[in-house]
Amino acid sequence: MSTTTTSDSRPSREKAPAGEKVADWADGRLGIYSLAKSNMRKIFPDHWSFMLGEICLYSFIIIILTGVYLTLFFHPSMNEVTYHGSYVPLQGQLMSEAFNSTMHISFEVRGGLLVRQIHHWAALIFLAGMFVHMMRVFFTGAFRKPREVNWLFGFLLFVLGMFTGFTGYSLPDDLLSGTGVRFMEGAVLSVPVVGTYLAFFLFGGQFPGGDFVARFYSVHILLLPGIMLGLVVGHLILVFYHKHTQFAGPGKTNNNVVGMPLLPVYMAKAGGFFFLVFGVIAAIAAIASINPIWSMGPYRPDMVSTGAQPDWYMGFSEGLIRVMPGWEINLWGHTLVLGVFIPLVIFPLVLVAIAVYPFIESWVTGDKREHHILDRPRNVPTRTAFGAAWISWYFVLLVGGGNDIWATHFHLSINSITWFVRIGFFVVPVIVFVITKRVCLGLQRRDKDKVLHGRESGIIKRLPHGEFIEVHEPLSQEALHTLTAHEQYQPAEIGATVDENGVERKVKGSERLRSKLSEGFYGEDSQIPKPTVEEYKEITSGHGHH
Amino acid sequence: MSSQDIPEENLPAEQVDEHGHGAVALADETNPFADPGLPPHEHRIQDIDERAAKRSERVVAMLFTLSMLATVGFIASYVAIPRDKSIFVFPLGHISALNFALGMTLGVALFAIGAGAVHWARTLMSDVEIADQRHPIEAEPEVKAKVLADFKEGAKESALGRRKLIRNTMFGALALFPLSGVMLLRDLGPLPGTKLRHTLWSKGKLLVNMNTNEPLRASDVAVGSLTFAKPEGLEEHDEDFQLQIAKAALMIVRLQPENIKDKRELAWSHEGIVAYSKICTHVGCPISLYEQQTHHVLCPCHQSTFDLSDGARVIFGPAGHALPQLRIGVNEQGYLEALGDFEEPVGPAFWERG
Repeated sequence: MSTTTTSDSRPSREKAPAGEKVADWADGRLGIYSLAKSNMRKIFPDHWSFMLGEICLYSFIIIILTGVYLTLFFHPSMNEVTYHGSYVPLQGQLMSEAFNSTMHISFEVRGGLLVRQIHHWAALIFLAGMFVHMMRVFFTGAFRKPREVNWLFGFLLFVLGMFTGFTGYSLPDDLLSGTGVRFMEGAVLSVPVVGTYLAFFLFGGQFPGGDFVARFYSVHILLLPGIMLGLVVGHLILVFYHKHTQFAGPGKTNNNVVGMPLLPVYMAKAGGFFFLVFGVIAAIAAIASINPIWSMGPYRPDMVSTGAQPDWYMGFSEGLIRVMPGWEINLWGHTLVLGVFIPLVIFPLVLVAIAVYPFIESWVTGDKREHHILDRPRNVPTRTAFGAAWISWYFVLLVGGGNDIWATHFHLSINSITWFVRIGFFVVPVIVFVITKRVCLGLQRRDKDKVLHGRESGIIKRLPHGEFIEVHEPLSQEALHTLTAHEQYQPAEIGATVDENGVERKVKGSERLRSKLSEGFYGEDSQIPKPTVEEYKEITSGHGHH
Repeated sequence: MSSQDIPEENLPAEQVDEHGHGAVALADETNPFADPGLPPHEHRIQDIDERAAKRSERVVAMLFTLSMLATVGFIASYVAIPRDKSIFVFPLGHISALNFALGMTLGVALFAIGAGAVHWARTLMSDVEIADQRHPIEAEPEVKAKVLADFKEGAKESALGRRKLIRNTMFGALALFPLSGVMLLRDLGPLPGTKLRHTLWSKGKLLVNMNTNEPLRASDVAVGSLTFAKPEGLEEHDEDFQLQIAKAALMIVRLQPENIKDKRELAWSHEGIVAYSKICTHVGCPISLYEQQTHHVLCPCHQSTFDLSDGARVIFGPAGHALPQLRIGVNEQGYLEALGDFEEPVGPAFWERG
């Protein structure tokens, strides 16, 4: 600000610059100055993993922008028409208007194919971004109080994103997506008692009927994105309200947030990142074809192509349905289609398993405090092991969903892949849990070693009597603090079951379970006690050196 | 540029003094693990050398200019490149020139804006870390007490707790009215009835070859080939074609009669020609892969495998029961014909299937 004018004590309104006048006008009606006071210079900590959520937000915005454009040309109708467009191989074929208009977007509308491909690629990246973002939040414990509600918002966004994606790629009514819709109909039919009715109501009669494209359309462009938009806004408001988490480090405490201000640094970085994400997706859409519906052709219930695969985020449900043995029970004139219904039930359970974990952990720890300092995954071995086990579970199912692709690409027997997934569904998560926990404990030991004995300097020293030793350099206080900043819970004790008068107290089953879990989470086998100041002093004072 | 070029007065030595603390200075004698506080700010080259800052400024401006050029390129491509032109781009192969040009120019235009903004933020905007205080999310006890008191006051004034008749009838009304919404969903579709039990097949309907649209003669079906058929009278242009073919699609295979293991299958076949539903009994994909050596058919969606020489029973995969067989014969003209509808529902199983 210039010091030669009296801008600070400007008395009259007409001297104010135009921007300030506009701001004054808005402030008098919207109160923007109070809003900006706490938010304009809001501090955001810096870490590469914090941009994963941004990828999701930006790809969501890109999906909405491109999606609106696509609705200008897409006809959500299943009326059969004859193709007369410019793609010669399909000329004269019967197809639904939905497929026909998607062909029109791809071949006649200039840039239409690009927008379609940006839309689809952005959707894949959106889901992948949410998956990785969710894992970041999980493994660093960012879901702890006060952020449990935002964890659920994020989880709901992930689930709704899956279904928005599914209804979206079903819209063109091409041979591949129609097969996916047929699969969904078969799954709905398997529901005991009401399945047939549900399927008839969903499709307006027998499959495929003439309604599902129009119905999926309103779900895809209005219902689900409307809910998601609300959740995204709520998610962001809560991120602002709670202030961002940060990793432990010098000067960083549970009571502050250290970083750079929204204006100008994060305005430029985050705003710029939107353009980076959009630019990369546009370039991908320019060079990588996605969902080329013209090579699949319009849907016919009696035709199919080999290697039919859903979009990646639906792959784990595909895996469930592929590897499940075909159990059917026929009793009293009714059929219980367990071979399809069990996967249909496990599908949400796989997702819920990860969603409820934060609440189980907070119950086990009984910790009611706010947590703003992130955990390093190694310092919470049980949580990290559970998360890794869940991911392995998810990926085993993904392998099952692509068992034909695995078989043809790696020249394996499809039967053995299926059996691998059937057994791996139960075994792999357990193995991954055990291994991850051991790795975490190993890393904790190494941290402890580093704190107490210093960093390996790479310098070899020869002692007078001929022994070679490696010189260890003591860590800086910053590093010592960072490596010892984490808290360690002690397992919860049930406490005395007999009071001072000798009267036995009843111990509830839930209390026993909690104590057991707490022992598993934080007992001797589940964490390495972090180095204490006494240990450090004893070793560094000289006589205790190894 | 080496650091020797930086003017003396800008070198960071004095800057450290300005902050007045380093990690070592604050080290705690009693607790070596104590938080030493924020480390002193480390200067970037741009903070102390205006020439470096100028270079950054030029890079940012260049990126923004690149974006402008790319947008001009986008508009030029949109106007100039014909929709059907294809070009060879290594290693992508032959691709649409318009899509490639529009996507790449748009991508560059957007990416350059982003790269410019990020470079600007990283090199020219202040990178001094600032600490903000957090405040507990929970309200102060006085606030909580005030809110609870207000709520009690409001609840009391509504008299909802006292006038139970109002409360109960209100809950009743609010609980009932969503039923109207549920009722409105009734006409989403017709009731299933026995629709899933019947197909277009009936006694005397000819088997029409799906590819040639001609009725099939027994002699048309060769050993080892897989033929797809539809019922006579069903045409692609029919309004309910999709719906009917979803149930009536048929696959026809000729086996050596002595290879047929299942007795009923043999009885329902004609000279070793067997007709089975093409719709998988798992979740309804059309089965389309036939292995003539083993007489196995495979659904490409979920790999259910059926043995056509043994009543089409499931030999692998997630399907729960055998494919329904259609009883066929030959009419006086030598054409293959159905001897009735399928005896059980085709396609995926459902609760009422039995």
